[in-house]
Amino acid sequence: MRDALGGVQSVLVLGGGSEIARATVRKLVADRCRTVILAGRRPAALEPVAAELRDAGATTVEVVAFDAQDTTSHATVLGDVFDRHPDLDVVLLAFGVLGSQPEFEADPSAAAAAVQANYVGAVSSGLVVADRLRRQGHGQLVVLSSVAGERARRDNFVYGSSKAGLDAFAQGLADSLTGSGVSVVIVRPGFVRTQMTEGMTDAPFATTADAVADDIVAGIRRDAPVVWSPAKLRWVFVVLRHLPRPIWRKVANR
Amino acid sequence: MSAHRRSLTGWGRTSPSVAEVVPVSAMDDIAAALDGLGPRGVIGRGLGRSYGDPAQNAGGRVIDFTGLVGIHQLDVDEGRVTVEAGTSLDDLMRWLVPLGWFVPVTPGTRQVTVGGAIASDIHGKDHHVTGSWCQHVEALTIVTPQGGKRRITPSQDPDLFWATAGGMGLTGLVVDATIRLKRIETSSLSIDEDRTNDLDETMALMDGGDDAYDYSVAWIDLTATGRSMGRSILTRGQFATLDQLDAKRRRDPLAFRSTTVADAPRLVPPRLLNRASIRVFNELWYRKAPRRRRGQLQSITGFFHPLDLVGEWNRLYGSAGFLQWQCVVPLQEEAALRRMVGELSASGCTSFLAVLKRFGAANPGPLSFPMPGWTLALDIPADTRADLPALLDRLDDQVVAAGGRIYLAKDSRMRPELLGAMYPRLDEWRRVRAEVDPQGVLASDLGRRLGLA
Repeated sequence: MRDALGGVQSVLVLGGGSEIARATVRKLVADRCRTVILAGRRPAALEPVAAELRDAGATTVEVVAFDAQDTTSHATVLGDVFDRHPDLDVVLLAFGVLGSQPEFEADPSAAAAAVQANYVGAVSSGLVVADRLRRQGHGQLVVLSSVAGERARRDNFVYGSSKAGLDAFAQGLADSLTGSGVSVVIVRPGFVRTQMTEGMTDAPFATTADAVADDIVAGIRRDAPVVWSPAKLRWVFVVLRHLPRPIWRKVANR
Repeated sequence: MSAHRRSLTGWGRTSPSVAEVVPVSAMDDIAAALDGLGPRGVIGRGLGRSYGDPAQNAGGRVIDFTGLVGIHQLDVDEGRVTVEAGTSLDDLMRWLVPLGWFVPVTPGTRQVTVGGAIASDIHGKDHHVTGSWCQHVEALTIVTPQGGKRRITPSQDPDLFWATAGGMGLTGLVVDATIRLKRIETSSLSIDEDRTNDLDETMALMDGGDDAYDYSVAWIDLTATGRSMGRSILTRGQFATLDQLDAKRRRDPLAFRSTTVADAPRLVPPRLLNRASIRVFNELWYRKAPRRRRGQLQSITGFFHPLDLVGEWNRLYGSAGFLQWQCVVPLQEEAALRRMVGELSASGCTSFLAVLKRFGAANPGPLSFPMPGWTLALDIPADTRADLPALLDRLDDQVVAAGGRIYLAKDSRMRPELLGAMYPRLDEWRRVRAEVDPQGVLASDLGRRLGLA
């Protein structure tokens, strides 16, 4: 159960391999989180993460096979997790593929697969999780969105549009959960230096997975509806959102 | 009887969760309220004055007892009353004070129910003389999942009775109780007041003099540091006798008025109670007290329940809410207490009201909070500082190291790992619970958070 100061005791991570998710869970376990369920496409790859969390003090750590693209499996796979763990304080929806825009343009079916994971998979699993949290009467669904969804860029608009859809979905889901005891925390990180972005040049306000994790943990504590990371991106995007298209193209493609 | 899903919190207004709330107003309603229970079980709720989450049950059912109010039997000569569990201490005082009887124990508010008083085994300023609430309960009627409705007494059913005392409602639903009352000649209290310069002076006065008084409590200024650390106002006294009253009070010596001056506004500016305003309040409060005063007459409300004058005062902490931290450490652990007060004062962790009290003997309840020692209680805004969680965790560790414990009725954030060290007879309590509720039907957010059951 979440405590009076926003400390949490259990977390389910969808996309347990995500660097931001791993950094976040590490911080939660360093506080008082003792139950961690890591769900991901390649469970074997999550075992070392699980071992590390056990060493850090987590008493119940499980690894579960979960494929975001396989939406028909979500109700069963996630239902099982909730049946085994009747109280999950936080569900961190962290899966997602960045992909390569040129490759997407060359192979539209690859683009569709990425959108299927980032958006369709999130809609399906998000709805399953929301229903279970609603029945539980408490809990937070933390959704890893991105500033890429705030305004589409020529360089990554397949990814950006999938995050735009996810962000809109999460906003509506949050409203639908009002009064249920369940809340949604939407996280909008800027450019994060991770394996996913290796080799790319830093965008302005580039940050690290660890810094984003700090912001997420603080957002979980305050039960913030939206977390920008770094926080100043909120104001940056107030401006960027309203730039005329020709200027935006220049700014975004710099 | 109509059930509806509702978001509930404790008095601190933190950690809301949603449950199906079922009001009951008659004994027959209880059976119906237990019908068709889902997997997340049920817990009873009174007036919701516990600070944290013991009267919440996320996703399950919460039985609202505040409609189950009334006296079954009253023996005015012997001072014995049998009341329904939803009856508040305020009700009892309004009915009984004019007859010359007072509740055996009162906490800092009258807005608690008899059922809640049993579930938390509440204590008051007279603990060093009279012990806690359940020591004055002669019998109670309880509905347990396994045994159904039964009447139990401390002599015939000691295990279940004492597991229920401070058992946070997890051993059964208490529906009524027979309570021994305290005889009073007047409704006024004769109070002695001492203002001390530091914590050592406060503790020395309490050590030496508490036994001469029925009621004793010290208000500590936790904003004072250095040589004044722990400076306090010590108020002690007892109910006045008729001949202590002035002519005006003597005309109606048992007068009792239960009123609120005003309700706190629904919307308050964020961070109204902040470090600066709390510091100013503490300074003024300390300075307004006389160095030494003897035999001042005070009303029941003025002495016991000053905060009841402001309805819904918990709103003053704003939307982030607040929490209370209350520990007890054994009598010989003064050094630990001094360290904790020092750490709290130095941290700038401001508290609107911090209270120190010297407890008397413990009772047989395995989860009953009081033990012979020093109990320190403070209110803390929940949003003031990022290092508050770690500070309180450190203090919890010091409490455990000193052989003390945290009061479950106040807790809203401690780590479950510490529970066994704080309550060494926890397994004894769990065995009783397993007998009366083998399926774990009785469930609360506090129970889940601490892994109690």
